[in-house]
Amino acid sequence: MAEKKDEKKFTTISIPTPLAEKIKKRIEGTGFTSLSSYVTYVLREVISGMEEETEEAFSKEDEEKVKERLRALGYLD
Amino acid sequence: MPKPHGGKLIDRHLKKELSSVEELPAFEINTNLAEDVENIANGVFSPLEGFLSRNNLENVVKEKRLENDTPWAIPILLDFDKQKIKAIKEGDSLVLTNKENGLLAVLNIDEIYTFDKKILAQAIYGTQDTNHPGVANVYNMKQSLIGGKITLLDRRSRQFDEYNLSPKETRFLFKEKGWKEIVAFQTRNPPHIGHEYVQKTALTFTDGLFINPIIGKKKTGDFKDEVILASYETLMKHYYLKERAVMSILRTSMKYAGPREAIHHAIMRKNFGCTHFIVGRDHAGVGTYYGPYDAHDIFSEFPDLGIIPVFFRSFSRCKKCDAVVNEKICPHDDKYHINFSGKKIRELLTKGQVPPEDMMRKEVAETILRFDHPFVE
Repeated sequence: MAEKKDEKKFTTISIPTPLAEKIKKRIEGTGFTSLSSYVTYVLREVISGMEEETEEAFSKEDEEKVKERLRALGYLD
Repeated sequence: MPKPHGGKLIDRHLKKELSSVEELPAFEINTNLAEDVENIANGVFSPLEGFLSRNNLENVVKEKRLENDTPWAIPILLDFDKQKIKAIKEGDSLVLTNKENGLLAVLNIDEIYTFDKKILAQAIYGTQDTNHPGVANVYNMKQSLIGGKITLLDRRSRQFDEYNLSPKETRFLFKEKGWKEIVAFQTRNPPHIGHEYVQKTALTFTDGLFINPIIGKKKTGDFKDEVILASYETLMKHYYLKERAVMSILRTSMKYAGPREAIHHAIMRKNFGCTHFIVGRDHAGVGTYYGPYDAHDIFSEFPDLGIIPVFFRSFSRCKKCDAVVNEKICPHDDKYHINFSGKKIRELLTKGQVPPEDMMRKEVAETILRFDHPFVE
């Protein structure tokens, strides 16, 4: 950690100047310290809702075992 | 139900027999690390597939995020003494062993690196004070770290395993029950009336309650694990709808990292399939290292966390309202308020006395008192 320089990676994106100005006004007095921090926040929020899930189901045999376990705990009928 | 953290529920259980495991160099790890290994393998720590690499550690320290920008606040690290296992190098594999399990997991060594303990302590715990138990643990770590994926070989059955559901199992359970919104409650104590109030308030606006006690290493004077579980079984039996509340344990060590640990706790519950997570006053705090609501404030840094924190501030019983109240709903003066004092309840129980019913349910207290020694000695 201390042995390496700060190598945080950033990239530059372009947004319309009027939008940037609006955002700058909007974030005045909020916890956002820069246009970049605000845009990062918003994009993280947007992108998190778009991530895809890959779900693996139980095999039939395993499903029965799990059901049995959950029934023993009284959580399934 | 939320997606697992990072989009995929990790499963690092051995799928096919490995022939040469016993020939690999063995490295014995303590119980806390063994629990980390199991939590990685079961997906509790999704998206982690192993112990953190240097880049991930640095990102977690600086940004509270993994290298790929996924929120992550507590580093999961494997330290070792380079003098003791000199021969290992990147690309090798080790077999991790543990006193309780014997052969536990295979670790593929992707990276061997060193770290700065002061920077780590300051970033994670907000202090370098060695009186802080988390900082003390950091300073007791060996100087070298191994980053790499693990594969869980097997584990021996342990006490309370019937209550040890994996994220895959809890997700299945929630689906079977038809719950879409599930609120998680973390605990390390038997329930008093205040806890019940918080849980039921949150449950009112969701479909199901997931009670998730942390089980494991305790300090003297803490309630024993079996007491916590038995007391919750009693509460659920007498005061909860069977179709609305379930309990499962979580084996993991407390780090006492306050706000950062609140994020970590929320992520684990997201992986269990919960949509909401209850965060109380001074969550995962110790001493006076954190402000009472630091663990609330930190959530504003994570618009992409994927689980909704449910914040509770202080609550008490109001004699005038004749109800459990919080500062938002009760207009009465402090003189009408009785705080739920864990210390007071503990004192009464230590003397074999049942606490007043406006503090703890009689059935719960009696369950605790049935144990000859309810506290860790």
